[in-house]
Amino acid sequence: MTEANIRSSAVSESFIDHFPQGWLSLDDRDGYQGYIIEKDHLLEFARRLRDEHGYDYLSSITGVDYFPEDRMEVVYHVYKSTGGSGIEFKVVTGRDNPEVTSLVSLYDGANFQEREIWDLLGIWFEDHPDPRRILTWEGFAGHPLRKDWTEPYFEEDFKPFDSRWPEGRPERSEATNPFGDNVQFKDPFDPETWVYEGDDQVYEALRNEYSTKDEDLDVEQFIVNMGPQHPSTHGVFRMVVLLDGETIVGLKPVFGYLHRNHEKIGERNTFLQNMPFTDRLDYITSLSNNLGYALAVEKLTEVHPPERAEYIRVIMAELTRIINHLVAIGFLLNDLGAFFTPNLYGLEERELILDIFEAVTGSRMMCNYLRFGGVAHDVSSDHLKQINALVSERLPRKLEDFDKYLTGNEILRSRCEGVGVLTPEDALRLSVTGPLLRASGVPYDIRRADPYSIYDRFEFDVAWNVHGDTYDRFLVRLEEIRQSIRIIKQALRDIPDGPIQTGKVQHQARVPAGESYGRIESPKGELGYYIVSNKKPNPLRYHVRAPSLINLSALEIMCRNQKIADAVVILGSIDITLGEVDR
Amino acid sequence: MSEEKPVGELPVVLEEANLNPVEIVYNWGRRNSVWPLMFGLACCAIEMICTAASRFDFSRFGMEVMRASPRQADLIIIAGTVTKKMTPQIVRLYNQMAEPKYVVAMGSCACGGGPFKEGYSVVSGIDRYLPVDVYIPGCPPTPQSLLQGLIMLQEKFDKQPFKSMPWYQKAPIDPVPVPVLGPDLMDIRRIEDMKIHMTRLGKASTAAVGLEEGSGS
Amino acid sequence: MIGKGILQGLGVTFRHFMDTYLEDIRAGKKRYRTADGIAARRSADTRGIFTIQYPEEKMPVPELFRYVPILLYEEDENGEKEYRCTACGICSKVCPPQCIWIVRTVNPETGRPLPNPEEFYVDIDICMNCGFCEEFCPFDAIKMDHDYELSNYNRFENHIIDLEGLGRPISYYAGIKPGIFAEEEAARAQKKAEKAAKAEKKDK
Repeated sequence: MTEANIRSSAVSESFIDHFPQGWLSLDDRDGYQGYIIEKDHLLEFARRLRDEHGYDYLSSITGVDYFPEDRMEVVYHVYKSTGGSGIEFKVVTGRDNPEVTSLVSLYDGANFQEREIWDLLGIWFEDHPDPRRILTWEGFAGHPLRKDWTEPYFEEDFKPFDSRWPEGRPERSEATNPFGDNVQFKDPFDPETWVYEGDDQVYEALRNEYSTKDEDLDVEQFIVNMGPQHPSTHGVFRMVVLLDGETIVGLKPVFGYLHRNHEKIGERNTFLQNMPFTDRLDYITSLSNNLGYALAVEKLTEVHPPERAEYIRVIMAELTRIINHLVAIGFLLNDLGAFFTPNLYGLEERELILDIFEAVTGSRMMCNYLRFGGVAHDVSSDHLKQINALVSERLPRKLEDFDKYLTGNEILRSRCEGVGVLTPEDALRLSVTGPLLRASGVPYDIRRADPYSIYDRFEFDVAWNVHGDTYDRFLVRLEEIRQSIRIIKQALRDIPDGPIQTGKVQHQARVPAGESYGRIESPKGELGYYIVSNKKPNPLRYHVRAPSLINLSALEIMCRNQKIADAVVILGSIDITLGEVDR
Repeated sequence: MSEEKPVGELPVVLEEANLNPVEIVYNWGRRNSVWPLMFGLACCAIEMICTAASRFDFSRFGMEVMRASPRQADLIIIAGTVTKKMTPQIVRLYNQMAEPKYVVAMGSCACGGGPFKEGYSVVSGIDRYLPVDVYIPGCPPTPQSLLQGLIMLQEKFDKQPFKSMPWYQKAPIDPVPVPVLGPDLMDIRRIEDMKIHMTRLGKASTAAVGLEEGSGS
Repeated sequence: MIGKGILQGLGVTFRHFMDTYLEDIRAGKKRYRTADGIAARRSADTRGIFTIQYPEEKMPVPELFRYVPILLYEEDENGEKEYRCTACGICSKVCPPQCIWIVRTVNPETGRPLPNPEEFYVDIDICMNCGFCEEFCPFDAIKMDHDYELSNYNRFENHIIDLEGLGRPISYYAGIKPGIFAEEEAARAQKKAEKAAKAEKKDK
């Protein structure tokens, strides 16, 4: 990892001269990077950045509430699809009725992220096509991530709470709440006449955006809800679909059914206490989530793990990628109707890898294994032998099996080829990442484009394909498993002996002030953590850029003019995990 | 520690019930063919899928198929965090299930809110709304732990005499009222408490206004 | 030939199906209900039936496995329990969802705190089995248990565990985690020897 990668944006004085005077200024706060842009010129600046300078991929938008300084910021990270580290710029606005111009006209991928900032922070985006709440529901009182909004079970501002020691008598939080439950009502309203309007708003938005009126025939287009409880195994996700017979005319995803306020809890936790919570974001790939968070914090503390720990991290991350793709392929085939057989074969391999995780970290799924500056427990030579046996003999054989009975299967090919096509221009505009982007013809893999950890030492190919349909995504995932096996073999060959932790793990880690954006190539796409620290043991702002959420922006465009039976297949090929989408 | 009372009735468990042969055979038939509803919310759902997969097969216990429709299911395993936005749907699903029906709360989140209990959008345990038969703690409970919980559920079946079965009683079984998503989740059974709370809030705001007027004049 | 892909797939499934019988015949009686059989079905070259038949066969858990916390005590001849915990409070501070409540003993005459927990509660409705309490305890007092069979019918009675419920003798811990226990005892012995050597030096 070179020094240039530690700071994520290309900051230079001469860059400011490309734009008219007064538009840009350097962000020179201690530990911060990037530029601050004047609010009125935001749209024009972003357009020039995309068209003239080639930054065509908007990675993440975050809102930050600086409560004591009475201002809010919106932070943007943009990158080039040809690779390299990107540019970060911010817009500053006040706390009372904050308003910022929306970037949806330039980058469609900003849609869900701006709705989330409106929902949780209350920043209004002008010209946004569909400004509704996304993670909480319509009618919810308040904007939860604001620093002056407290939740019903609020005890103290920061953990550790004083009530636990030395005079800690347990009281279930229900006992302190007037309703005995996790609810609060601050403003008076009439509970008997309240009507929940969220569903009607979705239906109206759907009709307004997609409904086509045929002049000659009186064709009725009707709305069908798919979810949140449905036989496919993707979690509590709801699609509201406007149908014309069996053809999908329009689709709107509704989520928030698993919103577990990860970011609000993250602001109350200390930095180390957040580690087990990151396990539960994308619960199938917990070690990847740990890696992204550890990298983001290590960018601030500038403590680097020793060599052996880096190799162990890479081995665990690649094993997690294999697990995730096995599960993804299994669930995709489950949706296609191959009732459970490929799923069970994939899960068998996953169980063998989970045995390794259990032996090394202590838990099958919620591994909580990485620490800032290393890993928690060492890997013994027996474990390495076990991994070697799997990777050199069993997994390649099983992959050949998968190839034999799936890749050539006529039913799979006829149901997946040409279904859910995503063009590369659409994919970049929608900020899609991961196998979804690579199957559409853009070979962007962060391990190659903007390397982190020690990935620049390994030889591997970036798996990509050109048609952009469901079959290609399936092939890309199979190929990625092969490349992961290749990386693990190299890591097992080169792993040195030595310590696994730089320094001692502090339970109250002191992190210097500043901000950092740590991004990794998780099996689902780009997983980014944006952390702002103000020298306290708790982060000021903690935001997760979830790949599954952003990839869902592509669902609408991929499902248009497909049959309703294909909607489930297309959703399966995107491979989402609701823990990440809703956080 | 403060006194605790769950919302709703806890199901009755009879310790030493002497069952006649008809009841024994009836319960034996029921306990060996419990069909769960295909319903998973979060991380615990993945462990439930692992329990259904080949290593810890639960079709050995008779849970042969996971039914997608609640009308055909006997058991709902609440696996994962119960959030406020999802609660009306869970209650509707429970109401649509036909008797005899059972609820298993799997994982810390379904038992009592879990590590996310302190948040603003998590319900602290599904037993706020539904009567739970077995609680399985853990985060997530390993598949062997879930199997032990399901065996305990089967043992519960074994101890039920006819007179304790609610579907054979004369009184109708009322569906659980579906909560409404207002400014915060509203439980319809507590609507009287809420009205009192609203009047108190209204009085507080008029008192504040009166104070201002009084100080102004 | 049309249908070739489907036929290949059916061939793979047929082979898996035949393996379930052939492997049983090949391995014989030792395949089920023995520790070797379980280990064989967990190795990288397992074929055939993959199921580990709980509750007759319980899959052994590795030493590092973590479930809910327990407190260790030494039991002397009279049956008095001396807990290793000194109520320092680090575990309750580091617990991410804050599920540990500790009341430190106070000397009734002087009013000064004593290194003993008077009350200690863990709420397993909130515990996320992360293992931080075990990792940061300086006295090897709180450990993560291996017992995963904790289902019950009533959470209000069973899910907030008090000091009595959390206590386990050190012999229990040595039984479930022999390797780690041996390492910890060696480290404790070394620390004691170093302390004794320092004290001797001071006396001299």
